[in-house]
Amino acid sequence: MHAAKRIGLGVLSLFVLILTLMGAQEPVVSGAGAARGGASGAGAATAAALSASKEDPAAVERGGKVYGTYCGGCHGNNARGGPGAPDLVRSVLVLDDEKGILIAPVVRDGRPDQGMPKLSLTEAQIADVVAWLHVQTYAAGHRTTYEFQDVITGDPRKGEAFFNSRGKCNTCHSAAGDLKGIAGRYEPFTLQSRWLQPRGGRGGGGRGARGGAPPSTRSAITVTVTPVSGQPVTGTLERIDDFNVSLRDSSGDYHSFNREGGNPKVDIHDPLQAHTDLLHTYTDADIHNVTAYLVTLK
Amino acid sequence: MNLPRWILSGLSLLPLSLCGQPLNPAELLKPPTDAWPTYNGDYSGRRYSPLTQINSSNVHTLSLAWATRFGAGGGGRGGGPAAGAAVQIKSTPLMVNGILYFSSPNHVWAADARTGRELWHYQYPPNTGSTIGNRGVGMYGNWLFFETPDSHLVSLDARTGKQRWKVQIADPKLDYTSTVAPVVVGNHILVGIGGDHLDNPGFLESHDPETGAVQWKWWTTPRKGQAGIETWPNEYAAAHGTGQAWMPGTYDPELNLYIVGTGNPNPVMAEKSRKGDNLYTCSIVALNPDTGKMVWYFQPSPHDTHDWDAVETPVMFEGVIDGQKRKLVMQASRNGYFFVLDRATGKNLVTVPFIDTLNWAKGVDAKGQPIPDPAKFPSTDGVLVSPSSSGATNWQSPSFDPDTGLLYVGTNRPFSMYYLTDTDEHPEGWGGLDTGVGSDGSAVVAIDYRTGKIAWKHEWPSGSGVTHMLTTAGKLLFTSNGQNLIAFNPSNGKILWHAGLMASPSAGPITYLLDGRQYLLVAAGDSLYSFTVNRPAE
Repeated sequence: MHAAKRIGLGVLSLFVLILTLMGAQEPVVSGAGAARGGASGAGAATAAALSASKEDPAAVERGGKVYGTYCGGCHGNNARGGPGAPDLVRSVLVLDDEKGILIAPVVRDGRPDQGMPKLSLTEAQIADVVAWLHVQTYAAGHRTTYEFQDVITGDPRKGEAFFNSRGKCNTCHSAAGDLKGIAGRYEPFTLQSRWLQPRGGRGGGGRGARGGAPPSTRSAITVTVTPVSGQPVTGTLERIDDFNVSLRDSSGDYHSFNREGGNPKVDIHDPLQAHTDLLHTYTDADIHNVTAYLVTLK
Repeated sequence: MNLPRWILSGLSLLPLSLCGQPLNPAELLKPPTDAWPTYNGDYSGRRYSPLTQINSSNVHTLSLAWATRFGAGGGGRGGGPAAGAAVQIKSTPLMVNGILYFSSPNHVWAADARTGRELWHYQYPPNTGSTIGNRGVGMYGNWLFFETPDSHLVSLDARTGKQRWKVQIADPKLDYTSTVAPVVVGNHILVGIGGDHLDNPGFLESHDPETGAVQWKWWTTPRKGQAGIETWPNEYAAAHGTGQAWMPGTYDPELNLYIVGTGNPNPVMAEKSRKGDNLYTCSIVALNPDTGKMVWYFQPSPHDTHDWDAVETPVMFEGVIDGQKRKLVMQASRNGYFFVLDRATGKNLVTVPFIDTLNWAKGVDAKGQPIPDPAKFPSTDGVLVSPSSSGATNWQSPSFDPDTGLLYVGTNRPFSMYYLTDTDEHPEGWGGLDTGVGSDGSAVVAIDYRTGKIAWKHEWPSGSGVTHMLTTAGKLLFTSNGQNLIAFNPSNGKILWHAGLMASPSAGPITYLLDGRQYLLVAAGDSLYSFTVNRPAE
């Protein structure tokens, strides 16, 4: 992030409150309670947010520096509020703004009655600050641009022990076999998501869910259908509900059957069932330990 | 509105009238038979019909009366292929005097309930609001009301589809989005909103049916000096604590209470800056609809960190608990718990999980509220929690059958890893994400309200189990799985009938009597399907 140039306490005391223009929906929060103490600088806009926001990256870069020099001391490095000045990411004026129409006059003229001085910025600098601010609001409001942090917090030795004993992962997998070099194939977050649930798009996951893996043929669900009269048919499950079942056999032929009650007999085999069953038994430490172990399999 | 009942009855007998007729407000106070005049059929939220013409003995002959596609490409194109964006009808249609009224984001239609023919199509101007869904319209006399993606309340003349007025509910640039089917109580048009990406304050509003003017506004989180503010670290956190009420509530005319659920607190998954229970987010609240004053609350998810909105329908019913007949309200909540409350006081009577994978609570407190386990708050390296943020159930309508005493709920048993992504002292927006890592399955469950125990359960072989329910006195439970519309025996979970549709049912099925015949109507994707039983030979 952009380092903020600290402004002297004397100047700080001038900046009490700005941007209190309140829309109809803005909660009425008065006094210094509206501002908060020292933002740490974490939770900054990600590269994905910058890209998706469609703001000019060069302008945002310049704007961040101007912001850090002139604004961050009061409003916080990440614009989430500072000692004596409010959060700009949640500001109704900033959110309502388009291309600086609302923001620029405040920066140009200040809000002397509320303790915000006029800032001697050029129009180009103001435009850059506006671009930077819009990336901050975009970043907070678009969870698809969020970045996952470090997931390697476990103990690799305990993870290896879990892998070979309690988890029974070694029933199907081995460090020297199918998992050899797996740490080189996925970055740690993806690796953790993928070993927990190798089948992508079937997680029943959350609203903001990401990180699923593409389906692989090795993990395909197979089914054997045994009609009342006739030979059993086995293949890859295409679709099943209470009334139909369909599959594709090893020669690629499609078969479908009506289902009524227990007929025909349907036996499903999910090679990844062990992954689902383990969800009932893991502790979070088990998960972090296994990830810490798998990232050593370079 | 003040017309004698016989005049209204006479009007409804006029054959093939193509012009909408006013909704008699008395229709809202009785179980739905010859109308489906409000989101849940009646105020109770039971989605139970006393009709018996379609019943367990003849449901095997239930057949298609008509099916119609509705396009988004301007009026008068009903029945033709959709022009422009694909329509998803997530609204429960209203049926009043032979006309169906339903919606999708930016669109409202009226159709002849006898044939499916489009009567008019209203199109709201294009805007940048979220088009995630629209739950339907509310009706008052000749007027319809619906919410728009850019958070306006629009009133239409039900006879023509012409706009009467529109008023802004919220600033769309603040990430609000509006999907709620307005509920009409007396002369109050009750609306809520959604949107939880930018920590906007949540609220409920009542509007005047004639002018659209705001009658009252109730913030879902307390302000300075108000009760509940002590459940937040400060006033600022409370004011940005969100708690959007994005589903229609239910209403008890005797107690004059509007009971509605509120959504998650913000920042959604980053709780550092909002220690405390975070009232009245993830809560069931009872408001006086005349004043907007809260009478009681109960909080299904104190200090939620998993996006488990408690907006699921609070179903009102009369039941016997501890040998005492009581006015009750129940909710199968997104967090996986089933609750029964005293409807007059909010006092908890039953709290029991309805999925067996639930792993986030340390128990239940003296008030009957689950105690969240801090070890399951989202972390940077991830914690494994069931259910996922999409929940054990969701907004899809449950149904209560007073004959069986069972609440029918569509359920999933998903697991997610919940990650904290915003480690700032003052996180904003979602502040985290969850990623699905598998599911134990999905089922329709029948819950005994007296104990919270599951009387029967039907596991689905595939697909989401969070689907809509409807019960009838014909001893039928209607729901769906994938593209199949299915009738169950509500006593034992035996499948009695099904029909494969061209899309998955996307809103709650409804039923009504029209010209002496009972119909079952369901929206699926861009189409409505109307079913009836074959008429016996005369």
